[in-house]
Amino acid sequence: MAKRIDVSGLTAYYGAHKAIEDISMTVEPRSVTAFIGPSGCGKSTFLRTLNRMHEVTPGGRVEGKVLLDDEDLYGSDVDPVGVRRTVGMVFQRPNPFPTMSIFDNVAAGLRLNGSYKKNQLTDIVEKSLRSANLWNEVKDRLNKPGSGLSGGQQQRLCIARAIAVEPEVLLMDEPCSALDPISTLAIEDLISELKERFTIVIVTHNMQQAARVSDRTAFFNLAAVGQPGRLVEIDETERIFANPSVQATEDYISGRFG
Amino acid sequence: MSQTAVQVPPTPSPPTPPSTLSGRSLPRWAPLGFAAAAIALGCGLGAVAGWHSKTQWGLLSALFFVLISYTVTSTVENKRQAKDRLATSVVWVCFILAVVPLFSLIWVTVSRGLKVLDGYFLTHSMAGVPGFETGGGVYHAIIGTLEQVGLATVISVPIGLLTAIYLVEYGRGALAKAVTFFVDVMTGIPSIVAGLFLLSIMLMFELSPSGLMGALALAILMIPVVVRSTEEMLKLVPNELREASLALGVPKWRTILKVVIPTALGGITTGVMLAVARIAGETAPIMLLVFGSQLINANPFEGAQSSLPFYIWEQYRVGSEASYDRAWAAALVLIAFVMLLNLVARGIARWKAPKTGR
Repeated sequence: MAKRIDVSGLTAYYGAHKAIEDISMTVEPRSVTAFIGPSGCGKSTFLRTLNRMHEVTPGGRVEGKVLLDDEDLYGSDVDPVGVRRTVGMVFQRPNPFPTMSIFDNVAAGLRLNGSYKKNQLTDIVEKSLRSANLWNEVKDRLNKPGSGLSGGQQQRLCIARAIAVEPEVLLMDEPCSALDPISTLAIEDLISELKERFTIVIVTHNMQQAARVSDRTAFFNLAAVGQPGRLVEIDETERIFANPSVQATEDYISGRFG
Repeated sequence: MSQTAVQVPPTPSPPTPPSTLSGRSLPRWAPLGFAAAAIALGCGLGAVAGWHSKTQWGLLSALFFVLISYTVTSTVENKRQAKDRLATSVVWVCFILAVVPLFSLIWVTVSRGLKVLDGYFLTHSMAGVPGFETGGGVYHAIIGTLEQVGLATVISVPIGLLTAIYLVEYGRGALAKAVTFFVDVMTGIPSIVAGLFLLSIMLMFELSPSGLMGALALAILMIPVVVRSTEEMLKLVPNELREASLALGVPKWRTILKVVIPTALGGITTGVMLAVARIAGETAPIMLLVFGSQLINANPFEGAQSSLPFYIWEQYRVGSEASYDRAWAAALVLIAFVMLLNLVARGIARWKAPKTGR
């Protein structure tokens, strides 16, 4: 299932604006990698290059290589649609499809891809909702609209929707930033469970969260205002928080930044 | 330890300052009172001055209403409340000014149209009925309108929908700008020009008048309206939904078909229905291209047809009492048809709207 990601020399642009420059890193399979760094330093942009969502933005383009178990995502014959089926994504704001019921939301990926057998669908939806720790809360109202759930439940619904298509990698772009501490805890527990099966990359502004859930942490920063973002260092989470090798990381983590 | 009870002389409480939170205020029924006073004043003055036009009485009352609201409120309450009341009064006056013609129009149409509107009128044509005699009906015109408008809708909805999808989801650069520009230009085409355009084509290819020709001209008028309204509705669909679908590995065309359009469907339907309502009342292209007929012709592809607006014009032109009644009844049928379409559109919009609630 889970796959390793090898990024080398990755640079991403929005039109003429260079957003991130020359990033190289390895994301280990079956682990959680956290991206931290100040706002606007390109964490989310970098995350979106990992499943070719960056090019959805008008003017977005990418140079460099992203290898998913030795297969270049940006190879000339690679279909971005296939990449996104392999590398799933959860967004900052919960975004269930408003026209669909809870059941249909979870089944959406399979249905819209047309790759399912009808009798399996119910099982897959239940399995995904159970994996997202949402089954007990919604099992009696699966045909109610997904937008009627609370924010935390909606976000878990979106996670269920993302894992229903059985991706290899799960990208999470600040999945808890719109949630209260209890929902955040639920999602953090979920992340620790999901890393048994998936490779997880999470962008977060919450340093404690990075320390709690991740195995490895990458620190991103801008060289200066107006400069593209770059990777400062990536290491075991304990090392980054206890004894980082770069001074800027320590400054950022301890709040002595800028 | 001795206890000394210290007697604190009660300080004389200072005179309560005037409250900054509450002040004199007018009762809730004040606006009604102002309105009554203004109407009394306006009508009284109008009667004394001997004005004949009731419109003048009404306008004078409206003016008094605004003035009285402002002066009374500014003396009793304060300047800010008075300005608030002034704005509210002006909004009310404008509302009534807008509603009066509407109700007057509906009233006249209903009262004059009901005279001959019955089952016979709806199920018979004008075949063999001399224009100045009673009898006859509107059946052939209803068939004509339904078929012409239906054909125009069938032609213009796919084109309009696809154009709007192109503009919102794919269009970049010069082509999209050009399309937007020409849609804007098309919105301004007068119906008679669309009619003349197709008439020239009709003459060029030596075709004969038919419902289809009229429908083509109506489609020219309808397409820009459909494009514009659909475009606005598609723009309202949050980008997050598109990204969520794309991130599930759904191809773009399926994302548009299964996520974007269903989310906007209610609004798109309303837009289409409004466009239909707009073209259902067009007369000019029908005169030029469908030619008009007294007989039932259910085939829109061959031979002359009638239509409701054309029928109204035709009956009015005859100039007899009986034909005037028929014209009003046909107008009532047309208004009812358009209103029915709007109700259907609202129903669909409500039924298809993104669901909330738990």
